[in-house]
Amino acid sequence: MKKLLGLAIFLSACTLCYGGGYRVALQGQRALAMGHTGVAYVNSAELAFFNPAGLVYLEDRLNVSAGVSGVFSDVTWQNETYGLAAKTDSPIGTPFYLYGSYAATEWLSVGLAVYTPYGSSVEWPTDWAGSHLVNNIELQAIFVQPLVSLKISDKLSVGGGPIFVTGKVNFNRNANRTLTDLEGNRANVTVDDSGVTNWGWSLATMFNFTDHFRIGAHYRSEIILDSEKGTATFDNFPNDSGQPLVVNPTTVIPSNGTTGFKASLPMPGEMTVGVSYDNEKWAFNFDFTRTFWDVYNNLDIEFSNGGEAINPRNYKNSSTYKFGLQYNANQQIALRAGYYFDESPVREGYFAPETPRNDADGFTAGISFAINDRLAIDASFLYLRFEEVDASYDFYTENGRNVPFGGTYKSSAFVPGIGLSYKL
Amino acid sequence: MKNYIKYTVVLALGLLACEPELENPIAEDNFYTSGSADLSSFVAVGNSLTAGYADGALYITGQENSFPKILAGQFEFAGGGAFTQPLMADNRGGFAGLEGFPNRFVLAPGADGLSPTRLSGSPASDFTNILSGPFNNMGVPGAKSFHLGLSGYGNAAGVSAGTANPYFVRFASAPDATVITDAVAQNPTFFTLWIGNNDVLSFATSGGVGIDQTGNLNPATYGANDITDPNVFASVYSGYVDALTTATPDGILVNIPDVTTIPYFTTVPFAALSPQNPDFGPQIPTLNATFAPINQAYAFLGVPERSIQFNQNAASAVVIKDESMADISAQLTQVLIGGGLDVATATVLGQQYGQSRQANENDLLVLPSSSIIGEPNLEYLQQLIAMGVPQELAAQLSVNGITFPLQDQYTLTASEQELVATAQTAYNQTIAALATANDLILIDAEAILSQIAATGISYDAGTLTSTFATGGAFSLDGVHPTPRGYAHIANVMIAAINEKYDATIPVVNIGDYNTVNISTSTE
Repeated sequence: MKKLLGLAIFLSACTLCYGGGYRVALQGQRALAMGHTGVAYVNSAELAFFNPAGLVYLEDRLNVSAGVSGVFSDVTWQNETYGLAAKTDSPIGTPFYLYGSYAATEWLSVGLAVYTPYGSSVEWPTDWAGSHLVNNIELQAIFVQPLVSLKISDKLSVGGGPIFVTGKVNFNRNANRTLTDLEGNRANVTVDDSGVTNWGWSLATMFNFTDHFRIGAHYRSEIILDSEKGTATFDNFPNDSGQPLVVNPTTVIPSNGTTGFKASLPMPGEMTVGVSYDNEKWAFNFDFTRTFWDVYNNLDIEFSNGGEAINPRNYKNSSTYKFGLQYNANQQIALRAGYYFDESPVREGYFAPETPRNDADGFTAGISFAINDRLAIDASFLYLRFEEVDASYDFYTENGRNVPFGGTYKSSAFVPGIGLSYKL
Repeated sequence: MKNYIKYTVVLALGLLACEPELENPIAEDNFYTSGSADLSSFVAVGNSLTAGYADGALYITGQENSFPKILAGQFEFAGGGAFTQPLMADNRGGFAGLEGFPNRFVLAPGADGLSPTRLSGSPASDFTNILSGPFNNMGVPGAKSFHLGLSGYGNAAGVSAGTANPYFVRFASAPDATVITDAVAQNPTFFTLWIGNNDVLSFATSGGVGIDQTGNLNPATYGANDITDPNVFASVYSGYVDALTTATPDGILVNIPDVTTIPYFTTVPFAALSPQNPDFGPQIPTLNATFAPINQAYAFLGVPERSIQFNQNAASAVVIKDESMADISAQLTQVLIGGGLDVATATVLGQQYGQSRQANENDLLVLPSSSIIGEPNLEYLQQLIAMGVPQELAAQLSVNGITFPLQDQYTLTASEQELVATAQTAYNQTIAALATANDLILIDAEAILSQIAATGISYDAGTLTSTFATGGAFSLDGVHPTPRGYAHIANVMIAAINEKYDATIPVVNIGDYNTVNISTSTE
């Protein structure tokens, strides 16, 4: 059917893309403290995420790592031309991980990884100047991955496994910049779905030049979540008739109420390669990750009431360059620091406020404290530094015309994290 | 170990205070400035256009988008203070239990698609419920120039007699207070004055049924639809400017738009009768045959220009009554009798077409005519039947704008427009002269509305035009702007303030402002 009233917009891709501009790279406190590196570093069960091929090289029979982070991330925005300003009041995100590996034989380890590489929440003030793009969004995707790690030789191993993903999303935005009911309440739509599942896989390899000098590579497949059973709730539209109101051939006002929707939300594949050197006292990692965001061209949403929304995203593949350092101060304490440069997949003109993400510098630090031979507490801290940026999203349309939404953005993210590592 | 945990907790708490900060936040003092103007106390004085009236009523969301409210919102960046408005009690508009103040229009779906429809239901606003002010928005819908200084204009007791205005009764500081004294008493540091529209507009929207009172210097004797004498206007207007400028030297005067640029007069074409109309097209041959003897009589009487002829291939002009023409009813009746018509019928036709003609491009039909043209005029039908005219003929002669000439209130003829334009020009000369003399900003609303009507105003999602219902600038009453239209006016004012006072107040994005409301519910 025709476009909904000026709402060629309806839903922005952001639903999951949040993971795009905001791929939440917090999959291990030890690795994070070292700039989120570890594709070639054999240290703990965090390998289950960073390189399952390395699990088989862990010294202990049983390895478990678990942790959680608190994401304090906010964005402030202003538009000097019109005197508009807003700041997010986002709830604290709490990504977590749980990894375990068990050495079944000398050449085979099996493992399980549960982690949340995508997900977070952005909450702008309701009806703010960019409310036609997003009021608030919340996304969570949990990856569950059984793993095998196979030693081919002392030098070479492979690992990987299937990934089961279950995701949920809640997203609200206004119908357009002006539509209200007769009391002046802004027309808006909320898209909600949970239990969206799909499968993917990852495959990794590690090569050891020596016991101290290794390289690794890990590819995680793209996973597309097809949301088909969720609800789209239309509120405050000036239409209570239960039927779409045809204003003219190109303008239709949907009725208030709940309907279904269909959308496909991609989580891109990523390839990481890296190198690690370590000795008794020191460890040094360098990882390079390429994320294949170009899968994310559009988010097309079909509403069961006949409306649809086309939201160009046009992401580009992005690279992340990561450096990490570890210093073993004594038997009990390991200190870590790291840096990474995170390139944004968002192209110029596609800077949408639900993914207000430009290039960032990540500064990390952390510490592990061994309570005994088996158990250690891992703490990490990440500060993501963003440049202030003048940017706009140019592909929202009204009357068939692109209406840019832009201004000056400044983001910040502080992420403290805590975890446990256990070995037996 | 405990220390590490403690430090982690302290670190985490510390983060809660770490928020992203822009280098030059607009909320910071002096990001925007008011230049040499002091915007701390802004009072807006005027009529419905200042009040935020739209869609034929005053209601809350309209008031929230009044041009003074939009201005005050931007003034806040440059030292502006609070801006209070005498908000109505609901979004229906209208007053409970008071005739002549109907609810607002919305665009509602009907048999013929969307059309302007008044909301039903009884309004919550009671004009005897006096609000405690003062209010920065001193816009009083319906006020003419001389009303702002009229004592008793806010006295509830005068509403039924028509000497008081219920909109002002609601927030007058006392029953004998005047709008202008209540405004000046607030000691404004900045003001806008936009008054005088109704001094010509009510004459125009009523199709010129009122009188041009030019020469009559006593406004107490004026009818509601009369044109105010320009000298009366000049006298009261300069008094208001004097009063306001004793409080502050800085302010804005707004002039009076040309009424012919608003959709109330530009929406219904003079040739409103389409041969495609199934109720009209097939009747054309019969109608032309009916009018043939009358047209012959017109020719005989030397007034062939009054002939009525409908075109089967193109839209035809409606038939109107033009009071500026000589009434030739008697002669016409005689000629028709001479032509062989019976006396009774000839008398009826003579009466009906003694002062009529087809409209031409110089005539303006008012917006409300759109709903009656081509419809039977039941009142006239009854009248004819009472006179003994056979039912069938009576019905044939009672179709508005086709056989029954549109009455005076539906048309603004060229000569009536002339009266309006003359007075409006005189008012605007007064306003311009006073602006210059008092070093005030003059906002040329006449030019703004002409531009909207002629070329439109480009904005980020299209062009703001004066096309009725869809153009975006005018609300469903065809006279008052939409929020987007008011926002554009506010922007013109901000630009003028920035220039005059060396200020840097930001404009608004008019694309963020609503236009007309569509609703499936009219309750």
